[in-house]
Amino acid sequence: MGSHSSSDRRRFLTSGGALAAFVMGAIRSVRGQTPAPAPYEPQGLLAYGQPSKFASTVVRRTTARPTAITDTALMTPLQDLDGIITPSGLHFLMDHTNGIPDIDPRTHRLMLHGMVDRPLTFTMDEIRRFPSVSRIHFLECNANSRPLRGPNRESVQLIHGRTSCSEWTGVLLSVLLKECGVQSKATWVIAEGGETNKYTMSIPLAKALDDTIVAYAQNGEPIRPHQGFPLRLIAPGWEAIRAVKWLNRIHVVDKPYATWHEAGNNADTAADGKGLWYRFELGPKAVITRPSGGMRVPGPGFHEITGLAWTGGTLVRRVDVSTDGGKTYQEAQLQQPVLRHAHTRFRFPWKWNGEECVIQARCTDDRGEVQPTIEEAARIFNTTVDYFYQADHFNGIQPWRVARDGSVTNAIAGA
Amino acid sequence: MRSRELRLIGTAVILACVPWVVHAQTFGFGRPPTPEEIKGVFPSAAPDGTGLPPGRGTAKDGAAVYAQKCAACHGPNGTGTALHRGLIPLGNAKPVKLEESLVPYATTVWDFINRAMPWTTPGTLTPDEAYAVTAYVLYLNKIVGEADVLDATTLPKVRMPHRDNFIPAQPGWTPGERRRLGNYPARQ
Ligand code: HEC
Repeated sequence: MGSHSSSDRRRFLTSGGALAAFVMGAIRSVRGQTPAPAPYEPQGLLAYGQPSKFASTVVRRTTARPTAITDTALMTPLQDLDGIITPSGLHFLMDHTNGIPDIDPRTHRLMLHGMVDRPLTFTMDEIRRFPSVSRIHFLECNANSRPLRGPNRESVQLIHGRTSCSEWTGVLLSVLLKECGVQSKATWVIAEGGETNKYTMSIPLAKALDDTIVAYAQNGEPIRPHQGFPLRLIAPGWEAIRAVKWLNRIHVVDKPYATWHEAGNNADTAADGKGLWYRFELGPKAVITRPSGGMRVPGPGFHEITGLAWTGGTLVRRVDVSTDGGKTYQEAQLQQPVLRHAHTRFRFPWKWNGEECVIQARCTDDRGEVQPTIEEAARIFNTTVDYFYQADHFNGIQPWRVARDGSVTNAIAGA
Repeated sequence: MRSRELRLIGTAVILACVPWVVHAQTFGFGRPPTPEEIKGVFPSAAPDGTGLPPGRGTAKDGAAVYAQKCAACHGPNGTGTALHRGLIPLGNAKPVKLEESLVPYATTVWDFINRAMPWTTPGTLTPDEAYAVTAYVLYLNKIVGEADVLDATTLPKVRMPHRDNFIPAQPGWTPGERRRLGNYPARQ
């Protein structure tokens, strides 16, 4: 534009402005002609579709704990899914609340207060007016992937199904914090849920200002009640205990509050008895989802080995697959898109010779961190393998044993 | 369509929807909460006691609160029931590799009981009841004496057995920081 003479420029702007007015007028008249809604509204499955009755086994499952009324842990059927997006109704959940609330968005408010110049309260409509982002991120419970948890040891769903991946849409928390003017002494925020038990979590201000999202939509539709309707905090790449559901308050403070679910319930015990807390980021992990525990490989010949890889670090750089129990590895194909803090689908063509073998996948992330075997993890932690049977934040390699009859079992369980 | 027309339409779109320069200004959405709304938010306690309300109680007082409002689920002496876990040791009991609790601060216990218990009617404890029943739970764990008074001043001073036994000693995070424990070496 700098090379245009000023009169040229004026003409250009004027005609552009006229056209703009015309375009807007056109939009108005199109609106005006919108036909009145048809007297018939689709009902039931026509209004909101459901899977085929023949796909009725693709459901969340839980561990056999008939007496528990809390720790509602429902795991994603990773073995039945393709691609990287988890359908919202199959997203895992693990709650610490007495019943799932269904909060009226018309009365829901998000309050930001504490060490800010301008404390503010937002309605849902106001939150939706801010510039939005849509980002694909995984969530993973820090208790995912315990290799030998009671009766769950035989399926990828029950061992590794506390992770799911969605497209989350919302406003960056940094935008809301800027609106309030965070004071220079602030270093943490405390996020609180609006359910009866008022779950709280401390999040470092640096993460809150970095990539944390205050999300209102999941996979294109309003977040479902089980996942935090109408608002959920998403701290990408971090243990999902940070992803506060039913979010209604952000308290800006200058210290972590050591809340129950970060410092009491979800603190881990190191091998030497020390407490481990505030572990935030999840390690690189790849899991073969097909074939996996409980399945049967129908016979020798070609099979595609496929699975998911992810890392709290940044991106999945590569996934290697071994079909000889880790003696040798070959690089798998990564399916695009490969996104930051998202599940990444990998594939590996495999010709099974019909002999017993152990298949496993290994993730390397963008920072060069390599997923260890359970034995390597034990050496690094200076402990024994059984320490990890119940440990949290475990990202060891999952080996599956394929027997001569094609049946697939957890190769760690036999150890 | 000729390129000049395309350019005109492009300009029209730009003029019709002037982009907001996000980093330069705020939006003016929302409203300031009233002082009553800020005062009315649910209390939360920092480890140094910030946020604790007035009130007081001892384990002796708390035993009665416990029997009435907690024992049905957590057992007569905090040992648990068929449906619910016990309260000894406090916190992460799986895997139980420690004699004592993993909870770092007494404020953590108070804060959780006050906001989340009793499970089906949370938020109903009076300040005195919350201090007293916290004292009773800590007493069951042999952390305070039966007659020790807990209030906004004394509660933060109660030393939990694992207070100084955490990794990392100081929680924190800066952008780009790698996770600490559990970082594995790069493979050649
Ligand atoms: C209706 C049953 C019920 C009642 C009554 C109840 N609780 Fe709980 N309590 C639970 C459940 C369920 C959990 C686990 C909560 C979770 O997963 O977040 C729990 C957890 C706890 C914990 C954390 C223990 C741990 O290791 O997870 C404490 C402390 C506690 N309750 C104290 C109390 C006190 C004090 C009272 C009485 C004022 C009380 N509870 C009343 C059901 C109950």
